[in-house]
Amino acid sequence: MVELNLPANSKVGVGKTINVANGAKRAKTFKIYRWSPDDGQNPRVDTYIVDLDKFGPMILDAIIYIKNQVDSTLTFRRSCREGICGSCAMNIDGANTLACLKAIEDVKGDVTIYPLPHMPVVKDLVPDLNHVYAQLASIKPWLQTQSPAPSRERLQSPEDRAKLDGLYECILCFCCSTSCPSYWWNGDRYLGPSILLQAYRWIVDSRDEMTGERLDNLEDPFRLYRCHTIMNCTKACPKGLNPAKAIAEIKKLMVVRR
Amino acid sequence: MTSTPSNLRSPLAHARGLGSAKDGTEHWWSQRLTAIALVPLTIWFVFGVIRHLGADYAAFHAWIKSPFSAVMMILVAVVTFHHAQAGLQVVIEDYIHSEWRKLAALIAVKFLSFALALACVLAVAKIFIGA
Repeated sequence: MVELNLPANSKVGVGKTINVANGAKRAKTFKIYRWSPDDGQNPRVDTYIVDLDKFGPMILDAIIYIKNQVDSTLTFRRSCREGICGSCAMNIDGANTLACLKAIEDVKGDVTIYPLPHMPVVKDLVPDLNHVYAQLASIKPWLQTQSPAPSRERLQSPEDRAKLDGLYECILCFCCSTSCPSYWWNGDRYLGPSILLQAYRWIVDSRDEMTGERLDNLEDPFRLYRCHTIMNCTKACPKGLNPAKAIAEIKKLMVVRR
Repeated sequence: MTSTPSNLRSPLAHARGLGSAKDGTEHWWSQRLTAIALVPLTIWFVFGVIRHLGADYAAFHAWIKSPFSAVMMILVAVVTFHHAQAGLQVVIEDYIHSEWRKLAALIAVKFLSFALALACVLAVAKIFIGA
């Protein structure tokens, strides 16, 4: 039946508190999820009280400051610090978003930071993305054709190119998939909003010639139809995209081609 | 995630799994169609019942005996139970992760829905045909 017992390492304890905000005019408290695979301990939430005048305005600035100046054991992914790499996706103040695009001042009270929900944790704020990357590979996210390769570019009208707007901007941060209850419960088989948006990006591409095969590959009660239009994906997307609409478009094409 | 991938299997093998079932569109579409059909059917049913509040057995009997009411009542029963079993199937597939329990629940829901729908249809038919 419904699983009522929590899996291992689900009970989160209270960790250490480090206060480095002595004499700060603007002190802020960060409560950050910590778990290490090496010490056999359950996860804990560590509290860092820091001076906002010591670093930049974004959540990512704060955790980089904490790692560099306060606690070098804090582990997280980050790269571009401007919302284009998708590395620093995490659960901040109860919602999945990119740490680099989330302003500290937008969080009222203490800032809670957890890894992306319902993913296996590698360490601290680093989720294991192997499965979701494999799901991406399974939809073959590249141009596939039958006709021989042309001697020049494959042409696309401005109208057809416009159909890719709102799709090509996806940076694969997986804020959407990890906010989706259907993906939480059935993520082993359900592809989730991020992968389905990627799938639709190739289905709707006028240059691709494998549209039917792509739809065949998605037509499955679990791969596609676990989407129940909960819309958490669209709410979560830090790039303002609409994965729920992309999924709805795929469902429409499934009916159209019958 | 409910099933842990075997460490020796590649992530892609796990993600591809048993492949696409090439199925699900029929189920999804019929759920939408029955939902649309249930809008007028349910309104008719609710207003019909309200109109007969306090009516005696004979009045109810006469209402169901009219051809239009009989057809509508059979449609209400069939479409409602079809929609219900389709919806419950989705709920069961969402939340029950042990294969045999899932199968048992699906069988129970399908059989029960079919039996209840048939009982409703026969009840209306009995009134309509005579008795």
